[in-house]
Amino acid sequence: MSNYILEMNHITKTFGSLKALDDVNLKIKAGEIHALVGENGAGKSTLMNILSGVYPHGSYTGEILFKEKECRFKDIRDSEKLGIVIIHQELALIPYLSIAENIFLGNERAKSGIIDWDETRLKAKELLGTVGLTEDPTTLISNLGVGKQQLIEISKALSKDVKLLILDEPTAALNDEDSDKLLNLILELKEKGVTSILISHKLNEVSKVADQITILRDGKTISTLTKGVDEINEDIIIKGMVGRDMSDRFPPRKPKIGDLLFEVKDWTVYHPQNSDRKVINNIHFNLRKGEIIGFAGLMGAGRTELAMSLFGKSYGQNISGTAYINNKKVELNTVSQAIKHGLAYVTEDRKTYGLILIDTIKNNISITNLKKVSKNNIINEQKENLVIEKYREKFNIKSSSILHQAGQLSGGNQQKVVLSKWIFAEPDILILDEPTRGIDVGAKYEMYTIINQLANEGKGIIFISSEMVELLGICDRIYVVNEGEIAGELLRSEATQENIMKCIMNHSRGEQHNEF
Amino acid sequence: MNFEKQKQSNTFPLKPNQKDKTMNFEKLTSILKNNIRQYAMALTLVLIMILFQILTNGVLFSPINITHLIQQNSYVLILAVGMLLIILTGNVDLSVGSTAAFIGAVGAIFMIKMNISVPIAILLCLIIGALVGAWQGYWIAYVKIPSFIVTLAGMLVFRGLTMVILKGQTLAPFEKSFQFIASGFLPESIKIGNLNFIAILVGILLSLLFIFLEFSNIKNKKKYNFETLPLGFTITKIIIIIIGINLLTYNLAAYKGIPVVLVLIISLIVIYTFITQKTIAGRHIYAVGGNEKAARLSGIKTHRVLFWVYVNMGVLAALAGLVVAGRLNAATPKAGTNFELDAIASCFIGGASSTGGIGKIIGAIIGALVMGVLNNGMSIMGVGIDWQQTIKGLVLLAAVAFDVYTKSKTNGE
Repeated sequence: MSNYILEMNHITKTFGSLKALDDVNLKIKAGEIHALVGENGAGKSTLMNILSGVYPHGSYTGEILFKEKECRFKDIRDSEKLGIVIIHQELALIPYLSIAENIFLGNERAKSGIIDWDETRLKAKELLGTVGLTEDPTTLISNLGVGKQQLIEISKALSKDVKLLILDEPTAALNDEDSDKLLNLILELKEKGVTSILISHKLNEVSKVADQITILRDGKTISTLTKGVDEINEDIIIKGMVGRDMSDRFPPRKPKIGDLLFEVKDWTVYHPQNSDRKVINNIHFNLRKGEIIGFAGLMGAGRTELAMSLFGKSYGQNISGTAYINNKKVELNTVSQAIKHGLAYVTEDRKTYGLILIDTIKNNISITNLKKVSKNNIINEQKENLVIEKYREKFNIKSSSILHQAGQLSGGNQQKVVLSKWIFAEPDILILDEPTRGIDVGAKYEMYTIINQLANEGKGIIFISSEMVELLGICDRIYVVNEGEIAGELLRSEATQENIMKCIMNHSRGEQHNEF
Repeated sequence: MNFEKQKQSNTFPLKPNQKDKTMNFEKLTSILKNNIRQYAMALTLVLIMILFQILTNGVLFSPINITHLIQQNSYVLILAVGMLLIILTGNVDLSVGSTAAFIGAVGAIFMIKMNISVPIAILLCLIIGALVGAWQGYWIAYVKIPSFIVTLAGMLVFRGLTMVILKGQTLAPFEKSFQFIASGFLPESIKIGNLNFIAILVGILLSLLFIFLEFSNIKNKKKYNFETLPLGFTITKIIIIIIGINLLTYNLAAYKGIPVVLVLIISLIVIYTFITQKTIAGRHIYAVGGNEKAARLSGIKTHRVLFWVYVNMGVLAALAGLVVAGRLNAATPKAGTNFELDAIASCFIGGASSTGGIGKIIGAIIGALVMGVLNNGMSIMGVGIDWQQTIKGLVLLAAVAFDVYTKSKTNGE
């Protein structure tokens, strides 16, 4: 008898003329954590959609054996009946319903259509306990952070008596601390006999928790590595994913740091709805020409809020403090003022704040500085086409033409459009908020290269990221932000993951100044 | 994930040296698919026209009826232009019918009661229209009350004020020079047989202009390696449109020449097409509708855009109100009833998206013409108002359903 809980054999799936999956094999042992890695577009999600019945039997070739029985799922319900539950990257919780209501949504504790609220709450409370949450089950989802919401999704899965849990990028939106909690929970569930499939771009996590790792590339299985048998490290995984050596994950750069460019003093911001709550408290920082500074910190530390409040007061109220550019005091009251003074803010949420998804690449890029390609407010389309085409080539935006719709691009290419749009505005100071979130290893490398180029042109770069490794690899100097304050400042030479964490811990305990 | 790859490979540019017939065909179908809505609506308009031409035994395209068709529908065409801009921002204006009636009434007071000269009265009316738009724009853009509610209130307020001003009565008649705008014709000087020379000449000039624009457009597209339609297709398109233009001007020439209001409408179409397609302001309107948050973070003053779009609508509603008053030669409390619905329906039939960011002036015009020809054709046939409404409602639903269907198809769902 084999000890595989799941076998997917010779799966091939085509969309039109394109083979998304080509003879893929995936074997999962009962009770293990199996990681699935690959670049964007490698076929991970397609494979999981076949497993969960989103693509029904008949739309692909190959066979699925679950507990040695062949399965022919018609839809998601069929797979859930057997205990296969998928948690998607975009959470499917309803913000204005309570935790308990969300957990039992579509699976209500009811007798003849009438909901038993006592049982609902009681069961919800139990489930919350297993994932380590102490929240009241009547709390609204909208009051919880992303990390906790992710845990609610898992308890929802547990309520369905899950045998095989599929997590698609569960930690993409989490900081390192919340990610650790989540990974520990997956390990706990493993003890209780739940098998998990983990899809992740974060290779350090994968190598930490996974018992086996399957690498997909261009719709094909490249290899399956087993912990303890094969040598596993990030380089080997990356090599499998991209099909080439990537000896260095960060392009080399020789910093050419110049004069003081941007300085912020006594910056204080209050919460937009709650005028008593200080979100940013008395922050000072400075940036030189050609320098890349990083803002490290946990989720909710206030980094995005700081950036957006600087960028034309786009966040918060009662903002006080002064900003200097080239040693001259400047007012940054509206976005257009900020742009005029040479600021640009590349948002962390490109779909909501960065792009007009229904519009073309061209219109998305030129929007920040239409004056550059017009005369008397009339757009010179010839000039616009020429300039934007240059951006498309320079940043290697994979598309049919500059008239390609932005919403149809892949995540990495969308990010390049957002970056292009802000470079088009000809800023001196670029604030990049999580510029590599949700994009694959290859696209990240390209992004780093662009950032380095910009710095070498003499621009000042503020780099906000939740991935410490990335900050350490890219930045000349790192400010550690915690609870709306600067908890410490580290030079490249003294910056390590441990030092950053130490800064945060000390600051949380109330020790203001860190010396290294 | 892999959808994207597939999409890209489908729409990837075809190198000029790939002259293969099948490739050309694929290219054609892919372009048609992308623009299916525009072509489908234009085609529908032509089919509806032919259908009613047969059903009415040729009355639809008779010179006198064509002229009436234009004059009857002038107000919808004017309103549809302003409404499109509003719908592009993702909003709506329910008050335009009431505003039109209100301005008609105000104009009547100015001209009939107070004896103010026609040009000054018109100017004052347009300014009051702008103020009405500014009033609504203020609540929508700066106080952030949903446009549906603000303009619903405006619909009641301005209808009420119309009745107050007119004291429930009809005011008439207007001066001849005022009526001229709505029902007059360009002066006829030279006649060729029975035909108005100016009308024929305008037809020819418009045809030449269209050919020129079409080819310069293609030239530009080729320069940047954008997709272009095969030449045969372009030529067919040009021929159809030239026949259309000259059929129209010939018919007008055979009656009394070119109606003044047609000049007004064509100028509006040209001006607003230019604004929406070629200017920074136009680009900003599309951006606000496409993603307001992203637009604001790109430095666009989104409140200001919204405010001015409503001011603009106020002016165009005032213009429509004056045209209606001039045509009826009276200001009545009931004028302009349901105009807003016709204007909104025109935009959606013409391919505008209800969430904003998508739509073209020419689309709204085609939508308005579809509605106008349906009205006119059915009236000639003696179909009652009851069935006319029913059929118009179904056409609106069918047009949008078709839109949703083709979109979901192209998105591969």
